[in-house]
Amino acid sequence: MKQLDAHDTFSRFNAVSLALGFAFLYLPIVILVIYSFNASRLVTVWGGWSLRWYGEFFRDRAMIEAALMSFRVAATSATIATLLGTLAAIALSRGEGFRGRTLFSGMLYAPLVMPEVITGLSLLLLFVAVEAERGFWTVTIAHTTLTMCFVTVVVQSRLRALDRSLEEAAMDLGCNPARAFAAVTLPLILPAIAAGWMLAFTLSLDDLVIASFTTGPGSATLPIRIYSEVRLGVKPEINAICTLVIALIAMVIVLASLASKLTSARGESVAPL
Amino acid sequence: MSARGLFTRPARLAAIAPYLWMVLFFLVPFGFVLKIALSQTAIAQPPYVPVFDLAQGFHTIEGAAELSLDNFRLLLSDNLYVFSYLRSLGVAAISSAMLLAIGYPIAYGMARLPQQWRAVAMMLVIVPFWTSFLIRIYAWINILQHDGLLNQLLLGLHLISQPVVWLSTDTAMYLGMVYSYLPFMILPLYATLAKMDPGLLEAAADLGASRLRSFWLVTFPLSLPGVLAGVLLCFIPIVGEFVIPDLLAGSSSLMIGQTLWLEFFTNKDWPVASATAVVLLLLLVLPLVVYDRLQRRELETAR
Repeated sequence: MKQLDAHDTFSRFNAVSLALGFAFLYLPIVILVIYSFNASRLVTVWGGWSLRWYGEFFRDRAMIEAALMSFRVAATSATIATLLGTLAAIALSRGEGFRGRTLFSGMLYAPLVMPEVITGLSLLLLFVAVEAERGFWTVTIAHTTLTMCFVTVVVQSRLRALDRSLEEAAMDLGCNPARAFAAVTLPLILPAIAAGWMLAFTLSLDDLVIASFTTGPGSATLPIRIYSEVRLGVKPEINAICTLVIALIAMVIVLASLASKLTSARGESVAPL
Repeated sequence: MSARGLFTRPARLAAIAPYLWMVLFFLVPFGFVLKIALSQTAIAQPPYVPVFDLAQGFHTIEGAAELSLDNFRLLLSDNLYVFSYLRSLGVAAISSAMLLAIGYPIAYGMARLPQQWRAVAMMLVIVPFWTSFLIRIYAWINILQHDGLLNQLLLGLHLISQPVVWLSTDTAMYLGMVYSYLPFMILPLYATLAKMDPGLLEAAADLGASRLRSFWLVTFPLSLPGVLAGVLLCFIPIVGEFVIPDLLAGSSSLMIGQTLWLEFFTNKDWPVASATAVVLLLLLVLPLVVYDRLQRRELETAR
């Protein structure tokens, strides 16, 4: 047993690598947030705390419009993506083998790693070929295509973890498949669906490359605006915008983790049934 | 019919809508890329307002659409493209190796945490993945710029006597790659390491293996599927990466994602941009197939 302890304990090496790793992941973001409250115009000189750059952002009409555009795209595409992704996850985890299943899952996994320049270019060529007017809807469709794959993965992993005997029990008790799904499966995967929506929302809010290809003139998204500003150099206003986006995403993450807490709580209450 | 069987048919029907969507917006567009890539460049129009400009570009391509391999010949004969592809593969390989070297100890540490801390650590790794890519790169620009915090710190410690140029260098780019893709490396590694049966290490210890030896002979070989998944998850997107090299690396040598972007947005040469995308995709076919196999096996064993 002594030997086991020597092999199984959390060593100093483990602690140091975790501490360094997390410091590396978080320090740059913390610095960014702190400097967004910097009163000085010079990004690197600390001039005391101030909300000046937040005011600057709220007076920047073009930036505000881009932010609103991004929100609309993110909310719409996340909603469609959640719907389609959930359906895909159900088909993949409960449909057993069906014709074209390999192609289906391949199409759903490939965009997860596909370089964005390829996805963006190919969608743009499609939109031009059908002479679609580029703007809100083309970006929304493009983002839906990317993010529904992430939703599928999230919901599918929840469905896989789910005890199938619960559905079967409901049907043995006389539910038809639709009712068994609505009464048993859906409530159990709802938190995963919510998490999927939030992931889709943040991914859409974040995307620069695909939006650059598929948007039209006059409908820049927030990342496109930020990108063109960043290319010109660091500006304190950008720090403020980035901090706002981080705050929003942090809120979404808290909601998502609350949702998953809810799942495990409910999962336990259902299990003895 | 069993209850399970009854559930199967409606579940299959659920595939219809997402199936159609992916065929229409994922598969069909590749057909267009291939078609444009095989058509001849017939555009030399002055840039008007972008939308008309681009739309017109397409029609002129349509007009001259005879299948031709000219664009692919150009890619192979012009050193600019060949170097771009090679650089992309090189950068992706080096970045993946660095990611593995840095990600492995972190994932290993996480897997050895007491059970109740693992979920927290997991959350801490996932959160940056949810935070904007662009913002995280921008955070580094803040730190790495000429009078940024890093130079201030190094000057303050008297490690350097004058500011070092960090931005627009390969060092900055690799830093950005490692920073951005670290969660993609850690998560699959952690997943395999956490699943590992502690009894195996116990057995190795009983047989007299030292800690290091049992890591090398037991833990590491068993974590190889996670290593492969992590490397692929980083390597494939990094080959086509655009934002990180564009904002952090110098402009002397471009990665293929930047070349494609340049051909498309600056030179407005759609056929060459499309051909570039086709070749990029061909380069990635093998890793993509391996990745797909891996995903599928993962799903099979999980079932």
